Amino acid sequence: NSTLVIAEHNNQKLIPSTLNTITAASSLGEVTCLVAGTQCAQVAAEVAKVKGVKKVILADNEAYKGFLPEALTPLLLAAQKQFKFSHIVAPATAFGKNVAPRLAAKLDVSPISDIIGIKDKETFVRTIYAGNAIQTLKSKDDVKVITVRGTAFEAAEVEGGAGAVEDAPACDAKNDLSQFVGQELSKSDRPELTSAGTVISGGRGMKNGENFKLLYDLADKMGAAVGASRAAVDAGFVPNDMQVGQTGKIVAPDLYVAVGISGAIQHLAGMKDSKVIVAINKDPEAPIFQVADYGIVQDLFKAVPEMTDLVSKK
Amino acid sequence: MSGFRILVGCKRVIDYAVKVRVKPDKTGVVTEGVKHSMNPFDEIAVEEAVRMKEKKLASEIIAVSCGPQQCQETLRTALAMGVDRAIHVITEPKEYESMQPIHVSKILSKIATEEKADLVIVGKQAIDDDCNQTGQMTASLLDWPQATFASKIEKSNGDLSVMREIDGGLETIKVKVPAVLTSDLRLNEPRYATLPNIMKAKKKPLVTKKPSDYGVDITPRQEIVSVEDPPVRQAGQKVESVEELVTKLKEAGLV
Repeated sequence: NSTLVIAEHNNQKLIPSTLNTITAASSLGEVTCLVAGTQCAQVAAEVAKVKGVKKVILADNEAYKGFLPEALTPLLLAAQKQFKFSHIVAPATAFGKNVAPRLAAKLDVSPISDIIGIKDKETFVRTIYAGNAIQTLKSKDDVKVITVRGTAFEAAEVEGGAGAVEDAPACDAKNDLSQFVGQELSKSDRPELTSAGTVISGGRGMKNGENFKLLYDLADKMGAAVGASRAAVDAGFVPNDMQVGQTGKIVAPDLYVAVGISGAIQHLAGMKDSKVIVAINKDPEAPIFQVADYGIVQDLFKAVPEMTDLVSKK
Repeated sequence: MSGFRILVGCKRVIDYAVKVRVKPDKTGVVTEGVKHSMNPFDEIAVEEAVRMKEKKLASEIIAVSCGPQQCQETLRTALAMGVDRAIHVITEPKEYESMQPIHVSKILSKIATEEKADLVIVGKQAIDDDCNQTGQMTASLLDWPQATFASKIEKSNGDLSVMREIDGGLETIKVKVPAVLTSDLRLNEPRYATLPNIMKAKKKPLVTKKPSDYGVDITPRQEIVSVEDPPVRQAGQKVESVEELVTKLKEAGLV
């Protein structure tokens, strides 16, 4: 068995969930990583050092600008033709979810999305109905195309590997179907949501976007990332990329602090695997308290500043 | 100008507000006697198509649903929202249980070709299996570009400019037409079908086909080993003050 990991990166460095994907892939077979992008040789060098990576295939071409699936799929097909992988895995991110099914359709296999567990080389565990049921399935396809939920697997160690970097097999890299125009990425000095050790999220109870400053202040004291419930995003308090939940980001930090969040099912689906959950809500009946390790029934506008004060006091 | 011919996918799923229950024999979830509706992301896809028609960007909208007899109710909802005609690809309920996005995308791609569609719009994922695959696979089978997780779609010259929701924020891509689009939550807010439109929808054409009419083999590619309840998280304790909370977090080494 040999497994191909489609590495996600920004041409400068790896996106953290690739490391969790490598851990999942290592239990399926010898790991090869594909790094495709523009001027991304340093990413290939970074991946080669990750523990468990045996080989890195580097594909550097202007056509891979924006990591568009129309350009990447022919490359992946050429790699599959040459190396005959038994499994092809990608992180279950916007990137992985975009590329993996396009590849799977070309290989005529039924992809397996967002796995949270591996029983054996053909049996996988995933959630359905927004995390309200856990499905175990056995794939009958020759090649398994899989996306991996990062929070369900440990990150691979970034040192200790000695993978050999080689050039990708030749393929037609032309893409005239789609074109990358640009990105508006939210800028933040705080840690990235899905890999942060502590996440503080605000909900409808925050009342408006300005009040999120209370959470940013606390987050900066704690080295935490800041997220939001769908209600807070839909109300326009904060941008969509902060959304934690089934239709947003799935997080599983050591500490999750839910502030003014009632705890709708779809929000719980995105955070209930956190190790310790704290809920701050003035409504004692809020469903969030049913999953919280520590709940405090208080007005968040009083509790959060007090917490910021106490946390900084060493 | 003739406008786009648009195909929209409409999956019938357990209503989003229903608390799903796992069957005691662990073969799936209870669907009998449970309220079903159109997949919310597909409603957004239908709404987007209808708005394109209202803006004269589209000439005709065809809705497709694959599954048992009751899918016709889902298609009638789409027709009441403004879709022109519908195709129901009927399967036995038993067959439908093992039907996957790979089967549906093969059917959609055949219909798109047959109907000479310019755009296929589907929800980014269905809220039952949470696969997030059908749009991407349909695009792949057709060799069309895909603009997934769309939050804004605009026509620019002959192409489409699409704003997509990605992990770090938003991105814009351009795709050639024909193309496949998948809708994200913020693309639009779907309308409710009005009573007069629900009445009118009953007279709109709805044809029934079988997967075999499109030469699609729906043999299962995956075997469901089990469906179980997720582990239950125990509620912890209420703490009386922020001070007590912070003390406990400090003890646990979390702050």
